[in-house]
Amino acid sequence: MQRSASAFKQQAELALRDEVLQRALAKAKGGFVDKRRLAVANLPEFETIRTAAKSLKEHTLAHLDFYLEQFEQRVVASGGQVHWAGNAQEACSAVLEILGDQPRQVLKGKSMVSEEISLNAALEAVGHTIVETDLGEYIIQLAKERPSHIIAPAVHKTRDQITDLFHAEHVKYGYTERVTEVKAIVDEARAVLREKFLNADVGITGANFLIAETGSTVIVTNEGNGDLSQILPRVHIVTASIEKVVPTLDDMATLLRLLARSATGQEMTSYNTISTGPRRESDRDGPQEFHVVIVDNGRSEMLGNEFHDMLRCIRCGACMNHCPVYSAIGGHAYGWVYPGPMGSVLTPVMIGLENARDLPTACTLNGRCAEVCPMSIPLPDMLRELRVKEHERKLTGARTRIALQAWAFAARRPMLYQTITRWFTAVLGRFGARNGRFRSLPFASGWTQARDLPAPQGATFQQQWRRHR
Amino acid sequence: MSTAREAIFRRIRQSLGRTDRGAPPPSSWRAALESDVRPRLDREPVDNFVHKLESVSGTVQRIDSSSSLIDALAEHLDRHRLGTRLSAAEYPVLAGIEWPAEWEIHTGPARGDDRVSVTGAFAGVAETGTVVILSSPESPTTLNFLPDDHIVVLRSEQIVAHLEDVWQRLREHTPGLPRTVNLITGPSRTADVEQTIQLGAHGPRRFHVILIEA
Ligand code: SF4
Repeated sequence: MQRSASAFKQQAELALRDEVLQRALAKAKGGFVDKRRLAVANLPEFETIRTAAKSLKEHTLAHLDFYLEQFEQRVVASGGQVHWAGNAQEACSAVLEILGDQPRQVLKGKSMVSEEISLNAALEAVGHTIVETDLGEYIIQLAKERPSHIIAPAVHKTRDQITDLFHAEHVKYGYTERVTEVKAIVDEARAVLREKFLNADVGITGANFLIAETGSTVIVTNEGNGDLSQILPRVHIVTASIEKVVPTLDDMATLLRLLARSATGQEMTSYNTISTGPRRESDRDGPQEFHVVIVDNGRSEMLGNEFHDMLRCIRCGACMNHCPVYSAIGGHAYGWVYPGPMGSVLTPVMIGLENARDLPTACTLNGRCAEVCPMSIPLPDMLRELRVKEHERKLTGARTRIALQAWAFAARRPMLYQTITRWFTAVLGRFGARNGRFRSLPFASGWTQARDLPAPQGATFQQQWRRHR
Repeated sequence: MSTAREAIFRRIRQSLGRTDRGAPPPSSWRAALESDVRPRLDREPVDNFVHKLESVSGTVQRIDSSSSLIDALAEHLDRHRLGTRLSAAEYPVLAGIEWPAEWEIHTGPARGDDRVSVTGAFAGVAETGTVVILSSPESPTTLNFLPDDHIVVLRSEQIVAHLEDVWQRLREHTPGLPRTVNLITGPSRTADVEQTIQLGAHGPRRFHVILIEA
């Protein structure tokens, strides 16, 4: 199904009615949250590290040009090549140029930037074969879907669905039995993918960090798929966005202490791998070519504007794991690459508010995301900012705007405001006295459709305030 | 494409309110944010290393001297019925080793069907139970990922407290990094099927450290 960020409401509604999806989400619920809570509780220095992480990222952003140039210099000095891409199309062209005219067998490690630039489609269109190697990514590639979570791309799939998918897709490799246990599923994927690992020409990975000090790219994985993808083929290509750069290895260590704990509740992910240049002359394995494609895609314009803070994001996924909206509808309803709170900010900023106008409103402003964000990104503030922009640009519905204007008119006139609220409280209180709530109300059917409105009891807040002062 | 590069740098500088490169960050910047971000360890470094690695399904065998290395290896191979066909790195700690005549030892990069590898390491990190392995002609990176079982031989004096100490040792060790620095913390794992943790996704199913406490 083709999804889009502009059809959020319909997609959310479908998601709520999708029983299989709801089962998958119910299974995931809580796991991430509990594990993170425990990991953070076990690190007394967490807040100190969080403060340092914010400062070091802000420092880097304030000197972004300097650190990117330093990174580039060191990559070249260690025998690698750097390619710059202003937007998605330039990024895809850069990769296509490296691949050349022959159709290539391409392995991919998980990379959200490659999703953002739709790299797979661009490569497949000219005849290259892509194999996603992260198990979650592999599952959704077989299902012809997109990731629904930035660190657990197949979190929306149930085990039964995966069993069916593998059964349908792996028969051609001679796997005729249906695998239903988790271990058997993982083993089958391991065996199928092992063949592909050994026969690929090119490996493409993302990067969690770019280290300016050494010209290194860093991947963080639990499976080891990213490592096999980048050490076995002849060519290693890294796609990474400009804000991934940090000054030194020490800075990476600071961020690593937050990343795994916030993402999966681990203290350290199984594999953190620092890659610098191609294999050295006497090395006996490793890629012979090393390319880094550095992608801007709108980020340079976020520097210093009202969405600047978003550039600190280390893509841990904690905000979505703690979001009641995400937990209810999953990631696909958001319609583009990034879901949950961080996606509700990034999507309108990157593809245009007019194409994603429901996302900033699909938030209860409960603030949990900002509370857990290891990089102290004020997500609710930015969502509120986007709502203001929507209102200014008249992207909200006429009824909402008129209602808000009417409210603003009254709110600025205390006498009028008090008269109206007193009158409403009295009338609604009288009519609702019997049931204590309203099941439906004229002009508010959208609200009462899914919930009851409690009937007001007694006086307004201001009346009570005056009485008790 | 230099034009894309120029455009990106122009936009970055514009957003930062500059037209040109600007002064490099003052070297004092780090001091300004310096607070100690290194977690306090609850145990002695070596004990902490063992504890942390074991808590993520790694296994550790502590021995007194390198003379019992072969015995320790044999015991591990035997316990898991791994046979005696090994792919071994030629890391210093393994260089002078006298392999039993009946074992089949292969050096060089791992092959697709290798079952067991034995490597050395550059350092161990007490903070997280992490083993640090550098790529080199003697220590091909594939040994760390292709085999089902990865065995690392580590000396206790190689264990440092924090990641920062590893970087410091690296900077002293060589100018510039080797192609690959692997920080390995336990066996390969995935939770992509219904959030259930399963070991041995693509990399080693077991990760075993033989720790020489001389
Ligand atoms: S916004 Fe914060 S919590 Fe969300 S993914 Fe980014 S760093 Fe993690």
